[in-house]
Amino acid sequence: MNYFQFSSPATFYPFAGWLAPWFAGAAAMLAIVGLWIGFGIAPTDFQQGDAYRIIFIHVPAAWMSMFIYLVMAFWGVLALTFNTRLSAMMAQALAPTGTLMTFIALWTGALWGRPTWGTYWAWDARMTSELILLFLYFGIMALRSAIDDPRRADRACAVLTIVGAVNIPIIYFSVQWWNTLHQGASVSLNAAPKMASIMLLGMLVMTFAAWFYAIAVALWRVRAIILERERGATWVAELREITA
Amino acid sequence: MLEAQDLTARRGAATLFTGLAFRVDAGRALIITGANGTGKTTLLRILAGLTMPAEGNVRWRGDPVAPFSQQLREDAVFVGHAPALKDELTAEENLRALVDLTATHRSAAEVSAALTSVALDAQRKLPARVLSQGQRRRIGLARLGLSRRPLWLLDEPATALDSAGLGLLTQMIAQQLATGGTVIAATHHALDLPAERVATLALS
Amino acid sequence: MTGALALSASEAPFGVGAAVRWAVVRDLRLALRSRAELGVQLLFYVIVVSLFPLASSPERTLLATMGPGVIWVAALLASLLSLPRLFASDFADGTLEQIALSPFPLPALVSGKIVAHWLTTGVPIVVLAPLLGLQYGLDPPILGVVTLALLIGTPILSLLGAIGAALTLGVRGGGSLVALLVLPLCVPVLIFGAGAADAMRAGLSASAHISLLAAGLLIALVAAPFATAAAVRIALD
Repeated sequence: MNYFQFSSPATFYPFAGWLAPWFAGAAAMLAIVGLWIGFGIAPTDFQQGDAYRIIFIHVPAAWMSMFIYLVMAFWGVLALTFNTRLSAMMAQALAPTGTLMTFIALWTGALWGRPTWGTYWAWDARMTSELILLFLYFGIMALRSAIDDPRRADRACAVLTIVGAVNIPIIYFSVQWWNTLHQGASVSLNAAPKMASIMLLGMLVMTFAAWFYAIAVALWRVRAIILERERGATWVAELREITA
Repeated sequence: MLEAQDLTARRGAATLFTGLAFRVDAGRALIITGANGTGKTTLLRILAGLTMPAEGNVRWRGDPVAPFSQQLREDAVFVGHAPALKDELTAEENLRALVDLTATHRSAAEVSAALTSVALDAQRKLPARVLSQGQRRRIGLARLGLSRRPLWLLDEPATALDSAGLGLLTQMIAQQLATGGTVIAATHHALDLPAERVATLALS
Repeated sequence: MTGALALSASEAPFGVGAAVRWAVVRDLRLALRSRAELGVQLLFYVIVVSLFPLASSPERTLLATMGPGVIWVAALLASLLSLPRLFASDFADGTLEQIALSPFPLPALVSGKIVAHWLTTGVPIVVLAPLLGLQYGLDPPILGVVTLALLIGTPILSLLGAIGAALTLGVRGGGSLVALLVLPLCVPVLIFGAGAADAMRAGLSASAHISLLAAGLLIALVAAPFATAAAVRIALD
């Protein structure tokens, strides 16, 4: 398959419009199943009671927050190497969703921390690195909105995303190191050493739900970005939704 | 020999020019004219390799010009709108720094002589801050003379020059052409150059 | 000093060393002629460090605990404050264009500018750190570790800051935007730098922290000039 065929916004726009609802539907169904497992079926945890159930939202969100950033970095590399507009637009479309996932991870982490550790915030390795990740996302979005020229914004954000991607593991390990020195939270976030398989299933289902949600939303968002940035092109002027 | 094919440039949503094509051989000059905002500076920056055209390509001596290509950085000298001078450095120090930046070896005597040739001998030890626009432009001319590069890309080189400065500029361009160099300049000043060596490109 | 800028004929024309030397000498000369600006940044550093005891409490053990962290944060902020000086003026007067079009490798030229930035910003911070540490009642061994960590850490701050400065050239939001971009990247430096002093205070060895800082410096030395050069070219596009 000629992948470069899809690197034209004009070709990708209808394709994304066709694809997105499928992912959205799948995400909705998986979310229903996952939440049912997490809040309905899975047994009450021996140590943490029912408060642990937030893990079914917290962990998928945290995983997605990191995964989306890596995907953005990947699109950034493509954008810089091949100079394609669409790669940069995909990265631009993913940023808000990644930020949302990070935000959810932090908030649910805090809500989990209260009953578990007695405090909303603890400077443990994961939470602190997640907070820095939130700042990185904000930085990327701030840079994009500060630069007027879309092409320059594409490439500048690509460079920034890549630099941040290199730094994320470093940040994580540095905070982990600092944390072991400070002997902070003695309870790890991955509480149960052996997680009941039903809990694991619930988490996996929710993770896929979050992943498909992210894809659907990114596809819809990139369509809006394409329309905005390609508004001078004739194919945009001829679209049904524009001429109507 | 500089060759451009099918050049298209856009700024934001506006298209500056499309399908531009020309060829400039050694010993010849191309004068680019056009009203403000027609893309003269953009075209020069594309030729210098600072920015990429939306479509089309440029070739220098047969090789395609990629942004910041090494060959072009060695062969071309680009004089932009801003004179590229630091206020805190003296005229001589500025010229020295610019010349050293082009990785060419010029002795202190040559630098000194270059300043004299553009009538800035008295101002050599003055910080650029106190020099007039015309005097700053002359430092640029001195640097042009010292660089001895085959390709000159000049963006409005006659700005702020008085008639003596203009004469100097014309003389330098004529000499560059006579020695087989290539000059591409965007200007609306009429330069008194041998007509058989000059072609004009009008942007609109 | 004109002789220092001249290239010797025997050198390879596009040598990295010549490029670095050109940038260092020119930038140092420029910095020395705007000494007032440098003084202001240093003063900022001193004032910020002095503000914390006023804002919290001058109690001795609290100060000794806070001290290294405060000095590090102040160093970070002072470093950020001086970043616009790195590229902004060259960008405005067209010199950056000439630098990018030079046959010299751009990462080398950029490295030279970063070295000059560190010499005028980082080194004064390192030199003043022991004095400021005395304000916090830090013991000599801890003062030593703080200074050593700053010596290794401030170049990293300059290197990472250069990337941020280059990305935001000519962009609205200037200083705060650079801070938002650069500070998260500098977190490891802060953690290991201040952590070295904490370790020493806890009676442990700080060598691991220092080694990690040094490793970070090596990585930054190799990677940051290329990222910065890419960002400069993007800004000139």
